[in-house]
Amino acid sequence: MPADTSHQASPVVGNTGRSVVNDVVIQVATSNGSGSQSANNILLKSIFQMGVPVSGKNIFPSNIQGLPTWHTIRANKDGWTAQRKETDVLIAMNQESIVDDLRDLRPGAVVVLNSELKSHLTRNDLHVHIVPFNELVVAACPEVKLRKLVTNMIYVGVVGYLLSLEVDEIHRAIAKQFKTKPKAVELNRNAVMIGYNWAAEHLVNERQFTIERMHNADNKILIEGNLATALGLLHGGVTVVGWYPITPSSSVCENLIDLLRRYRHDPITGKATYAVLQGEDEIASIGFVMGAGWAGARAMTATAGPGISLMGEFAGLAYFAEIPSVIVDVQRMGPSTGLPTRTCQGDILKAYFLSHGDCRHVLLIPGSAEECFEFGMEVFNLAERLQTLVFLMTDLDLGMNHWMASPFKAPIKDMDRGKILSAEDLERIKTFERYRDVDGDGIPYRTIPGTNHPLAAYFTRGTGHTTAATYSEKPEDWQSNMDRLTRKFDTARRLVPPPVIEQDSRSDIGVIAFGSSDMAVKEALDQLRSEAGLDAGYMRLRALPVNGEVWDYIASHRVIYLVEQNRDAQMASILRMEHPELAARIRSVLHYNGMPIDARGIMEGILKMENRK
Amino acid sequence: MSATLTASPVETSAPKAQSLNRIGLAQTIYRGLPSTLCTGCGHDSITNQIIKAAFELGLEPHRVAKLSGIGCSSKTTAYFLGQSHGFNTVHGRMAAVATGVNLANRTLLNIGVSGDGDTASIGLGQFLHMIRRNVQICYIIENNGVYGLTKGQFSATADKGSLQKKGDENNMFPIDCCALAIEMGCEFVARSFSGDMKQLFTLLKAGMSHKGTALIDVVSPCITFNNHEGSTKSYKFAKDHEEPLHEIGFVPYYEAITADYAEGETHQINLPDGARIILKKLNRDYDPVNKIKALELLSQARDERLFLTGLLYHAKGQPSLVEQKHLVDEPLATLPQSRVRPSAEVLADIMESLK
Repeated sequence: MPADTSHQASPVVGNTGRSVVNDVVIQVATSNGSGSQSANNILLKSIFQMGVPVSGKNIFPSNIQGLPTWHTIRANKDGWTAQRKETDVLIAMNQESIVDDLRDLRPGAVVVLNSELKSHLTRNDLHVHIVPFNELVVAACPEVKLRKLVTNMIYVGVVGYLLSLEVDEIHRAIAKQFKTKPKAVELNRNAVMIGYNWAAEHLVNERQFTIERMHNADNKILIEGNLATALGLLHGGVTVVGWYPITPSSSVCENLIDLLRRYRHDPITGKATYAVLQGEDEIASIGFVMGAGWAGARAMTATAGPGISLMGEFAGLAYFAEIPSVIVDVQRMGPSTGLPTRTCQGDILKAYFLSHGDCRHVLLIPGSAEECFEFGMEVFNLAERLQTLVFLMTDLDLGMNHWMASPFKAPIKDMDRGKILSAEDLERIKTFERYRDVDGDGIPYRTIPGTNHPLAAYFTRGTGHTTAATYSEKPEDWQSNMDRLTRKFDTARRLVPPPVIEQDSRSDIGVIAFGSSDMAVKEALDQLRSEAGLDAGYMRLRALPVNGEVWDYIASHRVIYLVEQNRDAQMASILRMEHPELAARIRSVLHYNGMPIDARGIMEGILKMENRK
Repeated sequence: MSATLTASPVETSAPKAQSLNRIGLAQTIYRGLPSTLCTGCGHDSITNQIIKAAFELGLEPHRVAKLSGIGCSSKTTAYFLGQSHGFNTVHGRMAAVATGVNLANRTLLNIGVSGDGDTASIGLGQFLHMIRRNVQICYIIENNGVYGLTKGQFSATADKGSLQKKGDENNMFPIDCCALAIEMGCEFVARSFSGDMKQLFTLLKAGMSHKGTALIDVVSPCITFNNHEGSTKSYKFAKDHEEPLHEIGFVPYYEAITADYAEGETHQINLPDGARIILKKLNRDYDPVNKIKALELLSQARDERLFLTGLLYHAKGQPSLVEQKHLVDEPLATLPQSRVRPSAEVLADIMESLK
C-alpha cells in the first residue's frame, strides 16, 4: 500500500456539501509514452456523450517517452471550453511532476493519487483519494506487458465513479475507441470496472463535482482542428500534397493521407486521383506545390514556423509569378525547435510579408474546427481565383486539441478554378497576355500547361516582365506590375471571409480577436459583464487583408482591445500600419507563455487597462 | 577520335527551309527568343541541339514543360520551344518544381535545364532526391565549372587544379553529377560536350524519349570566364581531351534501323517503347549496362583527367514517380470536381463517427 505515509484521508475544507454540476476541469498528470491518450479520450467522450460540452487539451513535451504530460478535460454546461487555469480534479500518476501538480491546485480540489507516488503532501485543503493502481492492475490484466496501458483505464473507472459518469456511456466510448479490436474492448471495459468498483467500495465520494446528463452537446461532434482542416482540404479537391513532418502540423497531412487513401481512388481502376509526396525538406515541399500549382493542380503543403522560414524564397516567387498555392501553417512557439509542442499566434507578421521585395499574402484565420473545415475548402478557391499563395493560419491549440463543433456540411458551391483560358477560348479571342489586367481587378488570365493552342504558352519568371510575360527591366514595366499586384490584393480584401461581429454592444469598448482565442474571448466577455459590470462588443477577424468593416469598427469605438497570442502585437502592428490614424485606439492584450489562452488572463488585461483593477 | 564526330562549335549545315517533321511542324516552331548570352557561349550550341532534337522527334510543343533554375544556363529555356510553357524558378530548386509538375500532369514531357552551380552546389540535395524518385524529366546540366552570371566564381564541378581566370587554383574535390546520378539509381546517365553536336543531338533525342529521369551532363565552356589556359572546362581543353566512348545512334520507335553493323561491332539497347540506342564501339569496348563498371570508369576518368563522353549508364525497370504513386492516367490538374470531391454521404458518415 502507500509507500508515502504523509498521505491523508481527506480532511475536507470548503466543501459546502453541494455538488458543482457539469462544470469541472480534470487534469491527468502522467508521463508521455505511457499510453494515456486512449484513456483520456474515453473520459472525454463519456462526458460528451452525456450531452455536456467538453474540450480536451494535451500539454505535452517534445519527446517520445518519459517526460511529464498533462491532459486537461474541461466540461462546462454553458459551453465555456477554453483553457481554464484552475484544476478541480487531478489524476496524479507522475512522480516527476507530483510536487508541482499538488502545489498548484486550488483549495477544495479533488485528487486521485497513485499510491506508488511519493508526494510529500503537506496540504490539508484537498480531497485526496489514494488508489493502489499497481495492485488493481494485476487483477485487471494478466499480461505484464500491457499493464502500463491498462492502469490508465483504471483511473477512468475511479474518476467515472467520483463524477457519477454513466457506466453505459463509458462502455460505449470504449467500444468506439477500439472498434476493430474486440479483445481490447473487453480488456479495457474490465479494467474500467475494476477501478469503478474499487472506488465504490473504498472511497468516500463527497460528490464535489458531478456530471449529469444534459442536452447541450447533442448532435455535436468532437474533433481535432488538424483533422477538420484535412477534411476541408479533401472536400476542396486537393490533388497534390507536398509535405515535410513538423510538429504541430504533421497530423494535417497524416489525416489527409488517411482520407485520400480511403476516398480518392478511382472506383473502376483503383488508381489515385491525388499525389502525396514527402519532401526532403520544406523547401522541396513548397517546390512541389509551386510546380503543381503552376501546372494547374490544387496543391498544398502544411508546416509550422521554421518551415515557413525555409519556404520564404518560393513564397516570393508565388507572389510575383502568380502561382496558385496553399500553405497550412499550424503555429507553434519560437525559432529552431523553440517550444515545438506549445501554441502561439506568432507567424502572423512573417506570413503576411513573407519573402523579399514588396510582398503581401492572403491569410485565412479559422477560429473554430468548423472554420478549419470551411477554410480548408475555400483556401483553394481563393488561391486559384487570386492566382497567388494563400496561407491557412491555425495553431497548435486549435489543431491538436479536441474541440466540440457542429457537424460539417457538405459544400454546395462549385469549386472556383478562377480565370483559366481553354484552347477554345484562345481560338475565340485570338490574343493572350498572361499578365494583362483585362477586368480591372488586378487578376490576369492564365493558361494551363498542356493546353493545345499555339497562343497558350507563356514563360513564367520571377524577374521583371511585361503584360505579355516577356523579360523586362524597364522601370515602368516593373512599377505598373507592382501596382497591378496591389489592385489584386485590394480585390482579395473583398473576396476573403469577412470579419464577424460575435457580440454586438453599444459600449464604446470593442474587442478584436482571431483564431483560437475566440472561445476564451467570449468567456472573458461574459465574465467582464457578470463580474465587473463591463460591457464590450467583439469583432472576430477571419482573414488578412482586412476590409473596410474593420476600419469602421475601430473608428466607432473609444478603445479596441486586440487580443492575440504573441509578444509583439503582430496583428495590431499590421492594423496600425495600414491605418495609422486609428493606431492610438488599439490596445493589446497579449498572451505568449505557450499555454492555450484562457479567459481570466484576457479579462484581467482589459480591466487593468480600464483602470478597474 | 572518329572523323564523323569532330566537334564544331558553329552550325554549318543550312536548315532545309520548308521541311516539316512527322507531326507537320517546321523547325522554326521549336525555336524560342533570340539568345542574350555571350557570343560563342557553349549553351547556345546546346539550345540549337535541343531545338533540332525536339523537331526531329516531332514533340508536340504543348506537351512539353520547360523548367530551369537560376543562372546563364537556366535562361536558355526562353530560347527554345517558344510554344511550350516555361518556368524559370529559383536557384537550385528546379528539381522540386519539376517534381510537382510531373505529379500534376503526367502527360507532360519535362525538359529541365540547369547549370553546375544550380545543380551541384545550391541544388545538390534536390537533384539527388529528384533522381531517387525517378521524376519524368530530361535533365540537362550545362556544365562550365563557374558561376557565369555572377562573374566567374568556381562551382562545385570545377576540377582539382583548374585555374580561375584571375589565376586562383581550385584545390577541392570536384562533384561528378554523373557518378552521383548512377549511385542514386538514375537509369539514363550521359556526358557530352557542347562542341560535339552530333553526339549531343543523339543523346538529347534518347534522353527526351526516356521514361523517368534522364541526365545529360554537357560540358559547355564559358567563353567569358572559363576559357583560358589552365582551365579544364575551356574549348581547347575539351576538344583536346574529349574521348567518345562510342559512336551513338538513336532510332525512335517510329523508325526502322537502316544502317548495317558488323557482328560484335555494336551494343544495342532496346527501349520499352520500341526505340533503340545503338552504340558503335570505338577504342574501348564499353557496354553501359553495368553500374559498378560505369562508376569505375568515372573514377578512372577523374583520376587520369580523361574527358569521356557518351552514354555512361543505362538501365530499365524502375517505376517512374507517377507509376510509384499509381496515379490515374489523366492529368491530376484538370480532373473534374466530380472526381476530386467526395459525396455528401461520405462526409455525413465521417461526421456520424465523430459524434
